[in-house]
Amino acid sequence: MLEAYLPILVLFGVAIVLAIVFVVLSRVMGPHRPSATKLRPYESGMDPIGDAKERYSISFYMVAMEFIVFDLEIIFIYPWAVRYKELGFGTFFAVMIFITILTLGLIYTLKKESKNFEISKPNIQ
Amino acid sequence: MSLDKAVENTGYLTTSLDFLTNWARANAMWPMPMGLACCAIEMMAFAGPKYDASRFGSEVMRFSPRQSDVMIVAGWCTYKMSHAIRRIWDQMPDPKWCIAMGACASTGGMHRCYGVVQGVDNFLPVDVYVSGCPPRPDALLNALMQIQDKVKNEHSTVYDR
Repeated sequence: MLEAYLPILVLFGVAIVLAIVFVVLSRVMGPHRPSATKLRPYESGMDPIGDAKERYSISFYMVAMEFIVFDLEIIFIYPWAVRYKELGFGTFFAVMIFITILTLGLIYTLKKESKNFEISKPNIQ
Repeated sequence: MSLDKAVENTGYLTTSLDFLTNWARANAMWPMPMGLACCAIEMMAFAGPKYDASRFGSEVMRFSPRQSDVMIVAGWCTYKMSHAIRRIWDQMPDPKWCIAMGACASTGGMHRCYGVVQGVDNFLPVDVYVSGCPPRPDALLNALMQIQDKVKNEHSTVYDR
């Protein structure tokens, strides 16, 4: 059983070794002429302005969290939809309850977010 | 008896490190498309399926100088833009090559005025000039092949640091 995964292990090994070999090769054989301009951040040839690590409003993370929640919802609902005929009509209500709970959560977070966005607007600039 | 004679017809191949690095460099020329004017449209055709720069290993247009080998300056260049181009050129890792595509990039072309640099070779070490207004994509392919020939004839690339 476990021997069936041996090719995958070999593949991983080859991938790791190749990656290391290429990095070392370019390090050993390639020319390195660093200069002040070359080491500067790339901004399409313009002067870089400000800090790259700016602070973002927490609301963006809320949106990201919502995305993950609904991503998971798809993971639950897809297998159910595929096997719907075997599972029967009874499971329909179970899934509807699941979606209702998520929708309530969505409404809650949307309301909260709209407030958050208003509060944090001056911080974003 | 030299080594290549000794291993002749035994299933082995001898080569020099120079040949190998030159071969690798010449066949993976990633362009930095510096499309400034209408020549850039022809440059797109050069990368597109009909003229197909990927036959020469150059289909990977890199919009970052960190990953590119050959800069294609396509179009007329103003003095204001020249500073940005020079900085991008400086940010490209060695070894690097440059193509001045079209009459404007090569000589200023019809833009004979105070705002336009009369040829990008005023501030860039240009390897190949392509004539035309704009040049056909085949002309750009030819320029690329000339750079490949140039790369393949380089010596002691490994010690060139």
